[in-house]
Amino acid sequence: MDRQKTLEREARCIQDEPPGCSATCPVHVDVRTLIAKLRGGDPAGAAAVYAKTIPFPRIVSRVCDQPCLEACKRREVDQAIAIRSLERAAVELANSTPARPRPAKAKPARVAVIGSGLSSLTAAVDLASKGYQVVVHEAGGRLGGRLRSFPEAVLPAAVLDAELAGLEGPGLTVRLGARLGRDLTLEALTDTFSAVYLGVGPLGLEGVVATGPDGTVQVDPLTFATSHPKVFAGGGCRRGATYSPIGSLADGRFAALSIDRLLQDVSLSAVRERQGPFTTKLFTRTTGVAVRPEVQPADPALGFTAEEAHQEAERCLACECMECVKVCPYLEHYGAYPKRYIREIATNADLKKGDHTANRMINSCALCGLCEAVCPEGLAMGEVCHEAREEMVAQRKMPPSAHDFALRDMAFSRGDLFSLARHAPGMSSSEAVFFPGCQLSASAPEHVERIYAHLRQSLAGGVALHLGCCGAPADWAGQTALFSESLGELAETWRSLGNPRVITACSSCYRVFDDHLPGAKVESLWSVLEARGLPSEATTRPRTLTIHDPCSTRHEKPVQDAARAVLARLGVTVEEPALTRELTTCCGYGGLASFANPEVADKLVDRRIASTSSDLVTYCAMCRDRFARRGKRSLHLLDLVYGTPATDGAARLGPGFSDRHENRARLKQTVLREVWGEVRSGEARPMQLTFTPEVLARMEQRMILKEDVERAIRHAEETGARFSDPSTGHLLTNHRPVAVTYWVEYAPSEAGFQVFNTYSHRMDLRRAP
Amino acid sequence: MTQVPPVLICARCEVPLTPGKVIASYLGFEFPIELHRCPSCGQIHVPEGLALGKMLQVEQMLEDK
Repeated sequence: MDRQKTLEREARCIQDEPPGCSATCPVHVDVRTLIAKLRGGDPAGAAAVYAKTIPFPRIVSRVCDQPCLEACKRREVDQAIAIRSLERAAVELANSTPARPRPAKAKPARVAVIGSGLSSLTAAVDLASKGYQVVVHEAGGRLGGRLRSFPEAVLPAAVLDAELAGLEGPGLTVRLGARLGRDLTLEALTDTFSAVYLGVGPLGLEGVVATGPDGTVQVDPLTFATSHPKVFAGGGCRRGATYSPIGSLADGRFAALSIDRLLQDVSLSAVRERQGPFTTKLFTRTTGVAVRPEVQPADPALGFTAEEAHQEAERCLACECMECVKVCPYLEHYGAYPKRYIREIATNADLKKGDHTANRMINSCALCGLCEAVCPEGLAMGEVCHEAREEMVAQRKMPPSAHDFALRDMAFSRGDLFSLARHAPGMSSSEAVFFPGCQLSASAPEHVERIYAHLRQSLAGGVALHLGCCGAPADWAGQTALFSESLGELAETWRSLGNPRVITACSSCYRVFDDHLPGAKVESLWSVLEARGLPSEATTRPRTLTIHDPCSTRHEKPVQDAARAVLARLGVTVEEPALTRELTTCCGYGGLASFANPEVADKLVDRRIASTSSDLVTYCAMCRDRFARRGKRSLHLLDLVYGTPATDGAARLGPGFSDRHENRARLKQTVLREVWGEVRSGEARPMQLTFTPEVLARMEQRMILKEDVERAIRHAEETGARFSDPSTGHLLTNHRPVAVTYWVEYAPSEAGFQVFNTYSHRMDLRRAP
Repeated sequence: MTQVPPVLICARCEVPLTPGKVIASYLGFEFPIELHRCPSCGQIHVPEGLALGKMLQVEQMLEDK
């Protein structure tokens, strides 16, 4: 796959972006994980998360100035999480202080650190842990610098002393009473040390490093380098009177990183883009989050108790995006989110040898566009999966079983048994052509006949009929050559009818015509009914139904509006589900998901069904039948137009795969006879086959058609190639028309044949030589 | 691949099936397996359990190669 495109797409999935608190923290404490540990009753784990970033946890968790609070998403609901209090609780509730990491292998280079406030001590600890020989120079008699200026109630001297007591160790020594300008000079330090970190005020620095008019040292904000190549500075000497403890800590850390890079002779400025505070791209929805005010500690001096910390931790939203995963059972099914999926799909595509483990995932997406519609960055997983399918087909890596059945269904609809294109009887030209599509014809052929009659009656200028397939299945399957061949045929037929306006009953067909038939004016049947009126037999009957917009109308607001207008005329009060119109969901037929992965496709249906207790109404025959198949009372808009109070259209199960073929074929014969007065003679008499309901259900699940069974029996009876089972008296035969071998267990019956079982496989077998 | 010994009879040759070597092939991959077939005309029997079990698994595995 195109590597650049893959990287761009991965970058657009923001789920891995840090939450606002971490991004705003200059050293990016992993606050979300820390709080999750507290919520899980693991203060030691939380303290360990904190100590990974913060060198003096007991001190910093008392004095941090919390720039993170500004970015806490909880503020959109009530107040920010008490982050510092939770950090303090973690540190103090943990039974042990996490050990500082063992220093790396000792390095000979020596570094002088001037000052012993937070910036200096952080630089010292960081450099010592990298193996450098660090000497901290403190002018006074004890360590701490500006930390000593906090009131006892905030930072007790005992806590400070205890935390700093164990500072000295391998690679880190302290010189007290060593004041710059009195006991030492910067010049002398730069002679004897490989690098110097300045964490104190500018005394005695004049002439060695450049200073500003206010006396502060001029420091590069990225590298903390001064004008002297060996000298770095931060904390008080950079910030002057404004004191931010966490900011000072960060200065020391970033300067230490530069000193390490200087001593390793690598670039000081490379790869530091997200150093310090930044604005995260993470999106987190806060609508619907219940107000829950900040927990107040019973004793503010002691901070949170374990219980209070737990309660406060429960307020954390654990910020993440997951907008698409929340609304899509397919994305949820694979346990991750688009960034990971995009990587897996790219890896799958580039794999030369071994198992293509993402094939099934790629073919299970309904290509419905909902993820793109809800994504704050507009990332479309459907596009990724569709491109991957096209590439698999081009490289002959598409599993044949994924779409074979659906593509044969498409071939049937394009074939002679169904396809038909004619001007209206007695007309030699057409103002419009009605294209009902393959699924309405399969599900409710009688509606097609009646609505075609209504269109002929209500539109002047002639309305042609075009039965056939729009080619969408080929597009969804990634079969670009087949899709373009089918489009060519579609365009040819349309031109042969004199380029009439196209009226579609199916919104997938609508999209194909609108997107791929240049110059064609395409209109939905619903817009026509809205403008021209309903058939006279349509009855108005007040009722309330939940609407389901087919996913292919996602960006077709006029079509959605027209369907609602027609429903209003039929007396229907429409209930809108939470995900409706441009956020509508897919029934699982989209993208041929139901063929490649019935389990996932059923999850899509079930989620929709569970969202409403009312009967569903939709204007796609496939959606209606898929809902009905899963036990939901569902209606097609035309069921309402032509339904009578006596018939309960919502209870109707859709026809199975075999009857869908049968219905299409019969529709063609019926319109030829009833509309054009033609009777076809010489039609092959169908074989009389009987099936038990169990066998029919099994055939549906195994995607075996009655016509497959009929062909196998015909072949067996003609060639005699069959087995007999003396224990049952049944015959068993197999037939392989193209790529699938069908096995049929049957016996002759009075009228024809009784079928007892059928199964299939794709593997071919032959005698060993 | 195991199977229950069949009692099937080739209806054309009127002889019981016997086990024998056959070649299974899919997507350009080939491997020998033992199945019951007619000793006379060579018709091969694939039982349902095999078709929907092991054979399906192998097909799917090969499709992802």
